[in-house]
Amino acid sequence: MITYNTLIVLLGTSLLGANCGLVGSFALLRRRALIGDTLAHATLPGLCLAFLLLGYRSLPAMLVGAFVTGVMGIVTVALLRHWTRIKEDACLGIVLSVFFGWGIVLIKLIQNETTSGSKAGLDSYIFGKTAGMIAQDVMIIGGVSLFCLLVVMLLFKEFKLVAFDASFARAQGWPAVLLDLALMGLVALTVVIGLPAVGVVLIAALLIMPGAAARFWTERLESMLLVSAFVGFVVGLVGTSISARVDNAPAGPVLVLVGSSIFMLSMFFAPRRGLVARLVADRRSRLRLENRRFLEVLFDLMEPALPERQPIALADVLDHRGWSSRDLGRLVDRAEKHGWVDRVDREKLRATEKGLRKGARYALSHRLWLTFLDEHPDQIAAYANLSSTDPAELLPADLMESVRGKLLASGRWPSADLLETSEELSR
Amino acid sequence: MSLTTSDFLAAWWTIAVGTLSNASCAILGCYLLLRRMSLLGDAISHAILPGIAIAFLLTGKIASFPIFLGAMGIGVLTAFLTQLIHRGGVTEDASLGVVFTSLFAIGVIMVSAIHSVDLDPGCVLYGLIDAVPLTTQPFLGFEVPPAVGTMGSVLIVVLLFVNIFWKELKLVSFDPDLATSMGISATLVHYLLMAMVAGVTVTSFEAVGAILVVAMLIVPAATAHLLTDRLWSMMLVAVGVGFLSSLFGYIGALLLDTSVAGMMSVVAGLLFLLAVFFSPRYGVVSKVWHNLALTLRISGEDIIATIYRAEERAGGKTSGAGIGLGESLRAAGGGIVGWLAVAGFWWQGLLDCRGSLLILTPDGRRRARSLVRSHRLWELFLEENVELPLDHLHDPAERVEHFIDRHLQEELNDVLESPRKDPHGRPIPPLDSMDEA
Repeated sequence: MITYNTLIVLLGTSLLGANCGLVGSFALLRRRALIGDTLAHATLPGLCLAFLLLGYRSLPAMLVGAFVTGVMGIVTVALLRHWTRIKEDACLGIVLSVFFGWGIVLIKLIQNETTSGSKAGLDSYIFGKTAGMIAQDVMIIGGVSLFCLLVVMLLFKEFKLVAFDASFARAQGWPAVLLDLALMGLVALTVVIGLPAVGVVLIAALLIMPGAAARFWTERLESMLLVSAFVGFVVGLVGTSISARVDNAPAGPVLVLVGSSIFMLSMFFAPRRGLVARLVADRRSRLRLENRRFLEVLFDLMEPALPERQPIALADVLDHRGWSSRDLGRLVDRAEKHGWVDRVDREKLRATEKGLRKGARYALSHRLWLTFLDEHPDQIAAYANLSSTDPAELLPADLMESVRGKLLASGRWPSADLLETSEELSR
Repeated sequence: MSLTTSDFLAAWWTIAVGTLSNASCAILGCYLLLRRMSLLGDAISHAILPGIAIAFLLTGKIASFPIFLGAMGIGVLTAFLTQLIHRGGVTEDASLGVVFTSLFAIGVIMVSAIHSVDLDPGCVLYGLIDAVPLTTQPFLGFEVPPAVGTMGSVLIVVLLFVNIFWKELKLVSFDPDLATSMGISATLVHYLLMAMVAGVTVTSFEAVGAILVVAMLIVPAATAHLLTDRLWSMMLVAVGVGFLSSLFGYIGALLLDTSVAGMMSVVAGLLFLLAVFFSPRYGVVSKVWHNLALTLRISGEDIIATIYRAEERAGGKTSGAGIGLGESLRAAGGGIVGWLAVAGFWWQGLLDCRGSLLILTPDGRRRARSLVRSHRLWELFLEENVELPLDHLHDPAERVEHFIDRHLQEELNDVLESPRKDPHGRPIPPLDSMDEA
């Protein structure tokens, strides 16, 4: 079923994907995601020059040529940014398009000079052609990947520092420029070995996508690198298989689409950082906040008649807060399900013992905040989003003590028998 | 090589189409550059490919009005998707990279599947500007390639757009917050601009292909940015650069027998490089020149100030005191700069030689006195206002003395109430001693 050729191709592209994932993650974190794109486009004249100089197709020579003009491209970007008033984004665009134009000029020259047979070889570098991969290509990819892995392992700490906070690294006396250069060197190597498989135009995507996808799954650099390399591996494997089976599907675009599918899936469905998970978490915390407000209001309204639990009119609750009656209906339904309130009739409800306890605790925290802000209005900015947290978690102990004293003295401390069971707040 | 009339016409029309599309791109590119969104232009030019493929399947043509509208939609979509993914927690450049490579990949696959002579992956890259003169339509009695009409109308649309929204675009480009506070929706203007960029890109696409259109969007605008500071003149220069790159791109391609579109972007790159080096205000050469001139002035001034102090120690200007060349080179910080400074000041008539000594000419003495005056006034000012210790006064004054002009000198003199001695007890030379005359 699986032939030797297929095996070679699969091995090559999946290794390439994994390496792209590894190196691309650093570029991504360093906010240099698009420099891979510029670099890749800038390799085209190098490929052609090597071909023109040698007069025949030699993979190693062409890759060396590609590496040289690719690095020339990023050095040009750095010089332009340093010397002129042109901003980085425009520098990237200028180098990308002008070098690519240069490459196209050379390709046309080669087409004029040679027979169509060898010209086809150059065209395949533009959109990539995995099918032609041979053992020698895989050796090159494997060697470079191994080298990148070694460098990353040796310089892991330094790369981490530069990737997350380059100016801090510089301030600490690390050779940030050299490390940046080393990183860009790895990116250049990776781009160059990816050219035969994915092509000049789209190799950058392979550098960006695995890292961007992995970022949704983890918060730690170590695991991000692992996930990213794994994603790249899968992209290579799946993309190549599809491209081999479907006619007229150039490898580069197919790999990119597989990558963007994985990226999209990650963006939507990753636990915790994914969009769906974040929407759910947002909704949950909004619900919690609403419940809290509701019980707090209920406690405020029932407080005067305590310990007797007198029913409260829904209309009074509505007066108190800006809920619509539909929102309030939903709140009451939920609270009833939790056993916090009883409906007396259609118009009235009252909190259960359990609901009152919760309400008392929330009201206490709210009143402590109010007292605190009364006393220290200058501090408002320092403690944002106050009412949903327990003040004792945020305020320093001595401040807390004085705020407690003030609230006790004002006589607005919620009824003690509702509180003592839950928290030691009333102490 | 003999040129026939048809060769000449072909050249004329090709250059015309190149110039027209370059002009539209260059004008919009100025806004992209100023708003630091050049790469969004790059992204949009890639992202419209699937739209072009679909439209080609439906209509069999690349440039038509429905496609122009469709491309505008895709341009807005690209900008919008990028923003959406960015909000989803990905850095802006990465989200841009994900969006446009994906859309471009879809486009390439569609184009490969279509299998048509007119729209193949090669055409996506190189464009078909060489084919422009091949088909013509009669227009007002002339045989005109349809591409000229298309590009001409696009340029008119662009000019109208820029003209109508001139104030809004300018405000949003330079100060989006101010624009918002004045009631101009920065978002709306942003998406309008992106729609225009996409529209222009899609029409230029036929001529130069997906990637080289980026050169037309960014390079002329960047070149102009190095040459001028006003928006309208920047646009004018950018259009000029676009024209030059079309013209010389075509000629170069003809001479080398290679791709016109590729050559156009190479020429644009060369023009940009010229501006990088030789722009009068922002060029590298003029920067280096100004730095060198400043260094030489400072070194020369250090030398004459040293001679002036030597005269002072020897008892005034009549003493005819001077310093040796070695000492003056040391005062200038040594090296070739010192030699150049000595030569330069001698050339300007500020220094003279007597035997092996360098002495001051009257002009040189006046200049040196003013410098020493600045130096000592500054020392006194530092001592009184910053309360630096006595031995910390010389170094800052040595640096600042070269930048204190007559006016500031007067102000210092007034603030310090016309002092006679500096903190070290040395006399502060008067502005212009009467005995000079």
